[in-house]
Amino acid sequence: MPSLKDLRNRIASVKATQKITKAMQMVAAAKLRRAQEAAEAARPYSERMGAVLANITQAIGGGGEAPALMTGTGKDDVHLLVVCTAERGLCGGFNSQIARLARDHIRKLLADGKQVKIICVGKKGFDILRRDYAALILERVDLREVKTLGFVNADGIAKKVIQLFNEGGFDICTLFYSQFKSVISQIPTTQQIIPAGVPTATAEATDGGSAVYEYEPEPGEILSDLIPRNISVQVFRALLENAAGEMGAKMSAMDNATRNAGDMINKLSITYNRQRQAQITKELIEIISGAEAL
Amino acid sequence: MPEAFKFELVSPERLLVSEQVESVVIPGAEGEMTVMAHHAPVMTTIKPGVVTVKTAEGKAERYVVFGGFADIVPAGCTLLAESAVAVGDIDRADLARRIQEAREDVADAKDDETRSKAEQFLSQLTTLEGAILPA
Repeated sequence: MPSLKDLRNRIASVKATQKITKAMQMVAAAKLRRAQEAAEAARPYSERMGAVLANITQAIGGGGEAPALMTGTGKDDVHLLVVCTAERGLCGGFNSQIARLARDHIRKLLADGKQVKIICVGKKGFDILRRDYAALILERVDLREVKTLGFVNADGIAKKVIQLFNEGGFDICTLFYSQFKSVISQIPTTQQIIPAGVPTATAEATDGGSAVYEYEPEPGEILSDLIPRNISVQVFRALLENAAGEMGAKMSAMDNATRNAGDMINKLSITYNRQRQAQITKELIEIISGAEAL
Repeated sequence: MPEAFKFELVSPERLLVSEQVESVVIPGAEGEMTVMAHHAPVMTTIKPGVVTVKTAEGKAERYVVFGGFADIVPAGCTLLAESAVAVGDIDRADLARRIQEAREDVADAKDDETRSKAEQFLSQLTTLEGAILPA
């Protein structure tokens, strides 16, 4: 049985922890709002990009003009996985979920006799994957110093991927990230970015586009400029979704922690009060029985 | 008074402009062009330069863009810029940094094709700097 002093100390320490988790929750909530705004602000660009891309591929007619980034190398021997996770922990199962998805994928590819290469974005995914697949990791992109995610960060990653592709480093590139569905639900997702596949024109993309477009310069040239940019946009979107998801996961994890700490304080307080009362009763009995003995 | 049409300027980070305008001057890859309502459908890449927007209320706004492309249809014009800022907010240091990088690219270029591309980009950037300095 812990002494009264021990109990007091424990209550004090749990209270301190609760204060910290509470503060972290509030910070995460504030950051979440900003991350969500950023994700929303980026949406028009990727939507328009998709529409334009669909339009232009339609114009070219999916012929042999399409660049290799879009059609792929025709093989699927070497896979590049870009695993995007958070830089920091304390956000529930957020990082491990993405890493698990990636690990399952890697296991399956290796079982099929494919070659796998990994690029880790974010420290946590790197830490998890390093345990099993250290030899497969090509490099790790560090975004810890980055305060606000900019397009340049995503562009940097996309450029690396494209350069690797042009050197013939891989055949298929898949992006792993967490889709931000709501504050309490983030869904780990895979998305193939190279080959991009040929998008089909949507009804929206074709409205008013029945007229023939004029291209400056040639469609093929625009397309070869457009596709790398589209990959950057996809990476950027993944990073933004991840940032929002991380904050959401952190917020609910910290909310849980705060609640748990509250429960713990309640329980400890009850034990503490009970024990104090027991001691008072014991002392009273001692005094009374002492007086009676006289 | 010319008819107004919908113009949108989007950068990856956010939607900068979305309003009714009278005309827009776009620094196209093959020369500047002014877009007005009912323009024939054109898709063009853009070079670093200044986009001048004349709004329906008659105000003129200027934005600096660094590459991207424009999608022009009779009903409107969408400009997808790699990075865009209002001329008043441009960061001189950032521009200087870009020029410096472009210079390095020219120096690093291995074959003639990449060199000529890099040189072209550099000259576009320096023209841009000259164009916005007095502003």
